[in-house]
Amino acid sequence: MNQFNIISVKRQLDFGGDICGIKAIIDGEELSVPLDPANRHYAAIMEQVDSGTLTIAEADNA
Amino acid sequence: MSTLNVNAINVNAIDKQSGSTLTLGGAGTTVNVSNMVPDVALSNRNLIINGAMNVAQRGTQTGQGGSNVYSAVDRWEFVTNSAARVTTSQDTSGLGNFSNTLKIDCTTADTSISASDQAGIRTKLESQDLQHLLWGTASAKTLAVRFTVSSPKAGIHCVQAHNRDAGYSYVQEFTVTSANTAEEFTLTIPGDTSNGFANDNGAGLEICFPLHNGTNWQTTSGSWQSGNFFSTSNQQNLLDNVANNFYLSGVQLEVGSVATPFEHESFGQTLAKCQRYYQKSYNIDVAPQTNDAAGRQYFYLSPNTTTGNKGSNVIFPVTMRSSPSITIYRQSDGAVGVFSNGVAATVIASGNRSFFAYGNTAGQDFYAHWVADAEL
Repeated sequence: MNQFNIISVKRQLDFGGDICGIKAIIDGEELSVPLDPANRHYAAIMEQVDSGTLTIAEADNA
Repeated sequence: MSTLNVNAINVNAIDKQSGSTLTLGGAGTTVNVSNMVPDVALSNRNLIINGAMNVAQRGTQTGQGGSNVYSAVDRWEFVTNSAARVTTSQDTSGLGNFSNTLKIDCTTADTSISASDQAGIRTKLESQDLQHLLWGTASAKTLAVRFTVSSPKAGIHCVQAHNRDAGYSYVQEFTVTSANTAEEFTLTIPGDTSNGFANDNGAGLEICFPLHNGTNWQTTSGSWQSGNFFSTSNQQNLLDNVANNFYLSGVQLEVGSVATPFEHESFGQTLAKCQRYYQKSYNIDVAPQTNDAAGRQYFYLSPNTTTGNKGSNVIFPVTMRSSPSITIYRQSDGAVGVFSNGVAATVIASGNRSFFAYGNTAGQDFYAHWVADAEL
């Protein structure tokens, strides 16, 4: 059980405009979360996305 | 003089704690022993990282609770969903044979534990580091666990082993004789012949010291069971009074049915192990968001007044378990996500050996601190 309080999530783009991570506020901390399934924050985000309880916002510069 | 000839003497272990003695030969005799191979490792026995609580990179953490958060001491996570809140810190006043201790200071008590309430302090071990246990086979190895606690209450407490890959847990009780006193315990955890571990960098085995649990998390002791159970119904509520302090140190988990003496290692060894999961640019003894210049990362050094993306690659001194989550801190005030000149920091290409951060700025000299988190 990895229980987090995920407050917000937004896509992050690299120089080429590709999605390279997620800017997230989790448990009150702002994190740049990589797209790595082994990363516990990414795994928790995707678990909530897959269950339909969380939507990742578009990047600011999309 | 009579002589007893034997082909072999099999000694699985000598339990020093119980005071038993194996004597070979009498006074003045010589016993020659060759090719004597122990059945437990002589070094790197302890599967627990930072069991002596020597590394505390995050510094004292206040108001912890409501969700699972890493404590002040590396590799130890405060896991809870109850109303209780705690301050976690590295206590240096000593506990038994150990100089450093993880201290859990209850700051908001929870005296009414609902069925779903739960709180504990745990550490998680990577699955790929557990392959030699041979769990999931007929040769599954028994584990011995040793730890020292000081609890605010006498009575029955529990330890949980949780095979996270398989979803099985094992709860063992132990009895604290005297409250607020250092007491050392040794227990065994039988190898699970039915359920093994994945061979990857995910969380395989978890060792948890429950602080309180509702009935949903309770089971009986002494057998592997399907589900995530933390304790028996006998577990004390250790977070029911703001006067309560729980101390833990000297945690060792090793292969074998007898707990050997705690395997001390250098601070540098333990730190390197911890940095696989958590690193920072701050000095080791400086908590993140502290205004301290030492170690801050410069992201662009060449004079340049042109506005545009400028950044720098940060190489980790220790390869991390996975690509970490990165947080950038302004040095002066600990503001999150900005460089020293106030420009927003963007992190890209985060991997287990490095990350790149940049800002869109005309500045020529901007810097920040960072934290990388690849915890399980």
